[in-house]
Amino acid sequence: MTDVIGPVTMTEPPTGPMIPGTPGILQARNYSFWYGEKQALFEVDLDIHARSITAFIGPSGCGKSTFLRSINRLNETILGTRHTGEILLDGADIYEKGTDVVALRQRAGMVFQRWNCFPKSIYDNIAFGPRINGETNRGVVDGIVESALRRAALWDEVKDRLRQSATGLSGGQQQRLCIARALANDPEVLLLDEPCSALDPIATQRIEELLVELKRELTVVIVTHNLQQAARVSDRTAFFFVGRLIEYAPTDQLFTSPREERTEAYVTGRFG
Amino acid sequence: MSGRAEVMVAPPENSRPSQRQRSTATRTAKTLRRRRLVNSFMVGVLVLSAVLATVPLVFILLYLLKAGLSSVNLAFFIKTPKPPGEVGGGMYNAIVGTLMMVGMASVLGMPVGIGAGLYLSERKGAKLANVVRFLADVLNGLPSIVMGIFAWQLLVKPIGHFSALAGAAALAAMMIPMVTRTTEEMVSLVPTSLREAALALGYSRARTALTVVLRTATAGIVTGALVVVARIAGETAPLLFTALGNQFTSYNVSQPMSAMPLQIYIYAQSPYDDWIKQAWAGSLVLITLVLLISLAARFATRGRFDLGGD
Repeated sequence: MTDVIGPVTMTEPPTGPMIPGTPGILQARNYSFWYGEKQALFEVDLDIHARSITAFIGPSGCGKSTFLRSINRLNETILGTRHTGEILLDGADIYEKGTDVVALRQRAGMVFQRWNCFPKSIYDNIAFGPRINGETNRGVVDGIVESALRRAALWDEVKDRLRQSATGLSGGQQQRLCIARALANDPEVLLLDEPCSALDPIATQRIEELLVELKRELTVVIVTHNLQQAARVSDRTAFFFVGRLIEYAPTDQLFTSPREERTEAYVTGRFG
Repeated sequence: MSGRAEVMVAPPENSRPSQRQRSTATRTAKTLRRRRLVNSFMVGVLVLSAVLATVPLVFILLYLLKAGLSSVNLAFFIKTPKPPGEVGGGMYNAIVGTLMMVGMASVLGMPVGIGAGLYLSERKGAKLANVVRFLADVLNGLPSIVMGIFAWQLLVKPIGHFSALAGAAALAAMMIPMVTRTTEEMVSLVPTSLREAALALGYSRARTALTVVLRTATAGIVTGALVVVARIAGETAPLLFTALGNQFTSYNVSQPMSAMPLQIYIYAQSPYDDWIKQAWAGSLVLITLVLLISLAARFATRGRFDLGGD
């Protein structure tokens, strides 16, 4: 019987184009997090591999979203939060003094549970990031907008109405617009917080296809309550429970032969 | 991309950022210096504005403390004014008058204001609501002296003498549009989903508004109402033609009554040193009262307007 809160063992060398032992693009080292007095994360150690999809699963309140939001330091905008330990992006501690959060957030884009398009035109939504990050050439911005929309598989649907309001699109389209908006910043990591929980199955499928497509160029981290979704799209899955990382393994392994009893209970639907 | 055999050992550059990602990061990095500068400048401007906004209050408080504190003593709270020229006495009559008239005004004005605000928010699109909202805004901009003349014409002239009741009515008339608008704003913050939850359980619109909506917004409404009370307590102009003022303690609402702003107004214009000192003391007590009410308003909202969430 393993210790209840024992260290997480990395099983199996990761699949995909990674050298075993090569550090992941994102590494959490002994990362703990507090909202005021309440500790939300306990000593998380985790390597997220580049150019792959990593899913975070676990019941509500288990800390998976908190961890996701720690990666782009969005949590620190909440009053009274603090952390210990470190998170490394490409080998550099993102919490190190002198790290610019603006630069960090350009490299680690985020898509939220509820689509949050700005009340601007479709074009301006996409151009928002590149413009603020120093792209002044209109022609270049045009190109970025088109390529971002193409990569988000939205171009064909909106190319004739780029100047219309983004809020007139359907929910699924708006969520893909949010993904395109994040992509326009050329992030190395794309963080998604339950991006499909408010979408119908067809819109969900489109986004899942999109993520699989995107992992060729960037690292995808997705928080999901939908276990089938984690099983379908992710390469590795991390199971969180009451603030602790319980198990982290290649997805098929975590779902078919989990090492931890609680993981098995959760993925087979016995609790959560 | 190299051949298949090499994919097995996975070239490290495959996990590194792509050319495009690198150049975007570089482009972003180039802007950072300027953006940080602009950012600190703008933050500086905002901090300065925030400080400037409170400078008058700080000065007023300090000056009042300097000029008025020496005259604030027990006698000030429990004695009535002495005849001009004599030293001593207090503002008991004015303190009682202010408490009574503000109390009466609140009893008259709060229910109407809160009811109107609830109506405006729950019947957003109704024609009547739009008219009322517009008129409430006009009323809010109305100079308080006009409210005083209005109350005089309606409640003093026909009756033939000044009265505390007329003063309270004038204050209530000022209160209503303010309470209406703050209540409407607070009630509008209640999420539609909460209303729908009640409606879906078979509640009528009115019952939903009175139980669920009002209950949820209570803390906000109380805060708004207290802020209005604090404002009303310092009004002088509406009382000049209605309550008039009284050098003696009166509990009779149909007779002229003193109020702190009125007493301050009279004392400050007088040629007597002791009265002028008491005017300062009165100002200090009044501003302390307003401060206390504002503090109460802050505590009323503390952690109670929590609608939950993830």
